[in-house]
Amino acid sequence: MSHHPVLIIGSGPAGLTAAIYSARANLAPLVIEGEPSSTSDQPGGQLMLTTEVENFPGFPEGIMGPDLMLRMREQAARFGAQFLTEKVTAVDFTERPFRVWVREQLYTADAIIVSTGAQSLMLGLESESRLLGHGLSTCATCDGFFFRGQEIAVVGGGDSAVEEASFLTKFASKVILIVRRDELRASKIMQERAFSNPKIELRWNTVVDDLVGEHKLEGAIVRNVVTGEVTTLPVTGLFVAIGHRPNTDLFKGVLAMEDNGYLITRPGSSYTDVEGVFACGDVQDHTYRQAITAAGSGCIAAIDTERWLEAVGHSSHA
Amino acid sequence: MADGIVTLTTSTFDETVASSDKPILVDFWAEWCGPCKMIAPILGEIATENPGITIAKLNVDENPDIAMRFNVMSIPTLLVFNQGEVQKRLVGAKGKGQLLQELNEFLPTSR
Repeated sequence: MSHHPVLIIGSGPAGLTAAIYSARANLAPLVIEGEPSSTSDQPGGQLMLTTEVENFPGFPEGIMGPDLMLRMREQAARFGAQFLTEKVTAVDFTERPFRVWVREQLYTADAIIVSTGAQSLMLGLESESRLLGHGLSTCATCDGFFFRGQEIAVVGGGDSAVEEASFLTKFASKVILIVRRDELRASKIMQERAFSNPKIELRWNTVVDDLVGEHKLEGAIVRNVVTGEVTTLPVTGLFVAIGHRPNTDLFKGVLAMEDNGYLITRPGSSYTDVEGVFACGDVQDHTYRQAITAAGSGCIAAIDTERWLEAVGHSSHA
Repeated sequence: MADGIVTLTTSTFDETVASSDKPILVDFWAEWCGPCKMIAPILGEIATENPGITIAKLNVDENPDIAMRFNVMSIPTLLVFNQGEVQKRLVGAKGKGQLLQELNEFLPTSR
């Protein structure tokens, strides 16, 4: 068993910013950063699956998502944050010190910062697990390369769908953007990118009903929700970017959450309904969901935590 | 191979894999792949701790023909060869515990 004044679960921009601030406040945080995976539920979070980040202040030329996260991690480590590359398997926040398990290993903490983020939704089709990694992908930056000169499709109408579609046009001969409604949810600048890219073809009012192919993807069966017309798109690659769900399975029945699973924090703060447990980043934000807002809320959580620890009489020496 | 990991290329791949007297795990990776970077240090540790298996890496950017021959469409993909034949295929990044579990049959010394 090991005890830490502050334990941070999750290591995206929110968790790492909280780690930088609480490490600099001598709170020797332990960051349980997650395990490598090919979804966004991994150390570094969703930015590990992106390419160029153009809107994070301070990088006028842009910065690669994984590089940005590596730098944040180094910055936190420089001030004494410790990292554990594991996934938390259980928590008990009913009494203090709070208890957190990684399998049989127990960690205790005076305060907890939850920054487990969100991960991409999948289509929910049976054929999905069979074809994942065989044409069906959740990571355009990882897999786009393999579709050089081929016709592929992206499902979704938000910023990340358009970003993926634009990125994939570097490799693919054509990218069909499958959009459920008759408009894009993406921001204006991203919409313009989609409309002006000659390699992107938009399919409005369309959903994916099934995937074709036994050992590798050979096509997607799509349906126009207005006309009911069903067609098969002969694509060899399909990238899914239809939204996110918060990584809060661990906190069901433990922390107050909305019906959609996002943690509830007291407005203007990072306080959850359990005193001493704070939440920041996408796990409690389905509105803004930006690297910079996540980082900002991580800072809020670290300051809330520091002040709360002071108020309950914790001395800031590890 | 300072870190105990063998770098394979199109010109060395076939011979290395065919002539290896122990199982050889090939990590298909690329510079631009975040999850690949996350598992690289884990593979380094596995290489150091398990002399019974050879860990190798192949850059798909520089050696697309080999990636294509083994139908690699997603990286990281880990292929384990024994006596020149593919024995196991792991697609996607995984944590160390899960990787070791998947590789257990090829790690006689860890039992």
